[in-house]
Amino acid sequence: MATAKTARKADTRLAERYRALLRQMQLIRRFEEKAGEAYSLGKIGGFCHLYIGQEAVAVGCLSQLRPDDYITATYREHGHALARGLTPRAVMAELFGKATGCSGGKGGSMHLFDASRGFLGGHGIVGGHIPLTAGIGFAIKYREQDQVSVCFFGEAAINNGAFHEALNMAGIWKLPCIFICENNRYGMGTALDRATATWNISERAASYDMAREVVDGQDLLEVMAAMERAVVRARRPAAPTLLEIRTYRFVGHSMSDPIHGHYRTKEEVEAHRKRDPIILWGDRLKADGLIDDAGIEALDAEVKAAVLDAFEFAEQSPDPEPEALWDHVYAPTGEASGIRRQASPAALPPTPDA
Amino acid sequence: MPTLTYRDALNQALREEMARDPDVFLMGEEVGVYQGAYKVSRGLLEEFGPTRVVDTPITELGFAGVGVGAAMVGLRPIIEFMTWNFALLAIDQIVNSAAKMRYMSNGQVGVPIVFRGPAGAALQLGAQHSQSFEAMYAHIPGLKVVMPATPADAKGLLKSAIRDDDPIVFMEGEMLYNTKGEVPDGEHLVPIGVADIKRAGNQVSLFCYSKTVSLALKAAEQLDAEGISAEVIDLRTIRPLDLETVFGSVSRTHRAVIVEEGWPFAGAGAQLVDEIQRGVFDELDAPILRVTGADVPMPYNKHLEKAAKVSPEKVVLAVKRVLYLE
Amino acid sequence: MATKVLMEALSPTMEEGRLVEWKKAEGAAVKVGEILAEVETDKAVMDLQARAEGVLLKQAITPGTTVPVGQLVGVIGSAGEDIAGLLGASAAGSAGVPAPPPASAQARTAAVATTPGATAAAAAATPAPGPAPTPTAGGRVKASPLARRMAADRGVDLAGVQGSGPEGRIVVRDLSTGARVTPGLRAEGEAFIEVPLSQIRKTIAKRLTQSIGPVPTFYLTTEIDMERVAEAREALNQSAQRGGAGEEAAKVSFNDIVLKATAMALRQHARCNAWWQDDRIRYWNEVHLSVAVAIEDGLITPVVRHADQKTLREIAVEVRSLATRARERRLTPDQYTGGTFSVSNLGMFEIDQFTAVINPPEAGILAVGSVQAKPVAVEGRVEVRRRMRVTMSCDHRVIDGATGAGFLRTLKGMLENPLAML
Repeated sequence: MATAKTARKADTRLAERYRALLRQMQLIRRFEEKAGEAYSLGKIGGFCHLYIGQEAVAVGCLSQLRPDDYITATYREHGHALARGLTPRAVMAELFGKATGCSGGKGGSMHLFDASRGFLGGHGIVGGHIPLTAGIGFAIKYREQDQVSVCFFGEAAINNGAFHEALNMAGIWKLPCIFICENNRYGMGTALDRATATWNISERAASYDMAREVVDGQDLLEVMAAMERAVVRARRPAAPTLLEIRTYRFVGHSMSDPIHGHYRTKEEVEAHRKRDPIILWGDRLKADGLIDDAGIEALDAEVKAAVLDAFEFAEQSPDPEPEALWDHVYAPTGEASGIRRQASPAALPPTPDA
Repeated sequence: MPTLTYRDALNQALREEMARDPDVFLMGEEVGVYQGAYKVSRGLLEEFGPTRVVDTPITELGFAGVGVGAAMVGLRPIIEFMTWNFALLAIDQIVNSAAKMRYMSNGQVGVPIVFRGPAGAALQLGAQHSQSFEAMYAHIPGLKVVMPATPADAKGLLKSAIRDDDPIVFMEGEMLYNTKGEVPDGEHLVPIGVADIKRAGNQVSLFCYSKTVSLALKAAEQLDAEGISAEVIDLRTIRPLDLETVFGSVSRTHRAVIVEEGWPFAGAGAQLVDEIQRGVFDELDAPILRVTGADVPMPYNKHLEKAAKVSPEKVVLAVKRVLYLE
Repeated sequence: MATKVLMEALSPTMEEGRLVEWKKAEGAAVKVGEILAEVETDKAVMDLQARAEGVLLKQAITPGTTVPVGQLVGVIGSAGEDIAGLLGASAAGSAGVPAPPPASAQARTAAVATTPGATAAAAAATPAPGPAPTPTAGGRVKASPLARRMAADRGVDLAGVQGSGPEGRIVVRDLSTGARVTPGLRAEGEAFIEVPLSQIRKTIAKRLTQSIGPVPTFYLTTEIDMERVAEAREALNQSAQRGGAGEEAAKVSFNDIVLKATAMALRQHARCNAWWQDDRIRYWNEVHLSVAVAIEDGLITPVVRHADQKTLREIAVEVRSLATRARERRLTPDQYTGGTFSVSNLGMFEIDQFTAVINPPEAGILAVGSVQAKPVAVEGRVEVRRRMRVTMSCDHRVIDGATGAGFLRTLKGMLENPLAML
């Protein structure tokens, strides 16, 4: 297991890696700030849920995965997509609904996909994607492979039947799944203790005969360490894990929600802001001599430039072609079964003369 | 050609497809050790083992989602619902996950999955176990809805469904499992989206599917005795609709009656009516009539139940109305 | 006291008369038996005589006016006599008797309205029909989409069609009969079945009734030697085949030749190429031949226009095309109206001879029988020759016996010497 102490003496490769993680978190932070700005400018529509304050969770967890592993996430998934290597351009363009977006402009903020990176979507129904993760884990085991299937969800999802049903099956069948509960303490405006009888979420894993850990989500190193252990359990022979990663959202639930709203105090938000995961990780790298203030500034400038580039790219990208409306409702071919393709109702204009 | 029950024809399709493609597996409640609540999966556990014939807890939402997840990464799951009534618990996975994934991922992630199980009313099972939900699923872009009426079609359509790259809602007639018919051996594929003229006629088109096909055929016989020639079209697939066949028939007969088991409001037949009046308006000599289940939850009492269900007599009456004989 | 002068029946069959000319002016003195006016009857121009003595106080109708028998045409009385009451009462009286609605017509309408249409059994199952359905409720004709389309195809005006569907909706069975659209025709054991009249059947009935009733028809028959026509026809068709144009369409039938000859004969006998138009006769300079064609539920007469100016082959091709369109119900109205003379041929059914019903307003129709080989005397010897009988039905209002006979003689001459035609 890597620690800061070993890192201090470490080879430059590890130092590079740690700096890269700082850069990733900073990229997510600056990206989300820019997304918030673009939203207020009307360039992003619909719902837009920002990840500010939780960056260490996505970056720490995904740093432990292989390229052939699979990830599903909630609708607050810009950070996970970027941490998985989707380009800021592809993600920003998707938020803008442009053809160059990672889902062709047809998914939007809540439905980022990149199958080539095993990033199988942001999903919009709370808890709905947790069984999908179990299914992906089932497929891995079915094929006797050693990938892992990782799922990110908020603490509010744990009271949803889908959570229970999926974890139960993962427990019965020992699926290579890691269920990551990002406990940011509020499901929209409902505090955890108002929604959940048992405050300690990780204990629920006991019901499913599943390994569990409670992790400080603002400490990148702790997140990485816990995730590393979970990945080891999940690779063959497979066993699932429930990670409860405690974190905090520094911004409102969505763009229509003020930073603290009625459900939490300004003081509470300020107190949590003191444990900003990016500052904590930067301080640690500085303390270990892996970076200095100038280095952090340079990194920030680089990240800002990348985000600005993404913004401009998104703005200049074309909208999807009107015909894209009809694409991908069904598979393009049914040749395997000799199915006669015909204009299905979905492929016809909604009105006779439209 | 061998004669099989509808149940055994489905079993044959499952067996053949699982033998043909190692990515195909069957999952659901009681499909393995119990041999299937309706014995459709009889013998499969012994033949293919527990990895490919998977008993689940009673957790429809969960295992439907497991199926969708497995399909997202390339397996071809067959998810059995003990009945489609229970699939209501899984509808988020069918509608929000299976039907949407390809579209919202811009074609990157498909879901080649078959959800199957018995649908419609059997006998005196009461309100929660006697429902026909095809219209609900057919409403959803991204899903295909298949409803075979005969053993041969059951086999041929299930095999096609398993090979299809899109999520399929495959509804079997609970009352059809014991019906018998000739079923071709081996590679018998019935294409999805193609209707079948089960009986030719020239005065009225009877559109039906699944269980209502036999009712329509009975009605057609009765009508024949009265000198009225009815064409019976088994739609076989509710979505996509085989409009070519539908329009062709209406253009010949100029009158249409739709026989459906479900409720009347926004039922599958309502869609057909819309298509016909838009597609071949000038061919119609009478308003299209629908014979549907009564617009009530299914009662338990057998006389009330009978009154709520479609019957050949109701079909005959509707035919006479469109012929202006009533 | 004033006396009414009424239109009198000046012939045994006269129902109305047209006042041609007044012979007495208003104010002129008249004596009984003096001629008041000339009246054209259905047969001739006759004199209307005074039935009273005095002064012709009023000419109630102007020359050229046609009025029914019994209607007031004038008043005779003493000079200065007030006849306003007489005229008023008479006007009211005549207004009250407008060509009395024939009771039979009313009965017919009622019968149609209450005929539910299908089998007796079906009728019994039908709820008692209410008052006669109004097909044009609010001025809109209710018809099924298919009925509407078929009516348009056939040029049928739906406003005149009685609908048998709910609320008088016109449905397909109201437009045509036939098993295809009339269910329940297989009614073994029934004493009878009733099928409502299709529109085309109604039209045929109406028009043929008009013809056979009021049209004073007489018939002229002659037998024509077709030997040379037959030879000419064989030669024509053989040359067509040799010429590489041996399609079916280019073959010439006997009927085509009869049509051509008829057309040419009509040019010489314009008095047979005419329309009866109630108050006048239109003699046509153009020859448009109506050719009777049997179709699934009736017959129709498509028209070969300017038949006299067309070649045999042109006529052959056109007749085939029109017949096909007729059977497919694709004739447009201009293709079956406007004929000046008709030809009906039942030769293909081996009918020797028959009389055809005139197709008003045309004044004549030629009924053509089969071409048969039979023994005939030729220059004192018996020879077997191909012969054909034709019968011309003539509207005597237009064509007199000698006129028709003259036409037939020309036709016969043409067919017996076809070279004269070519």
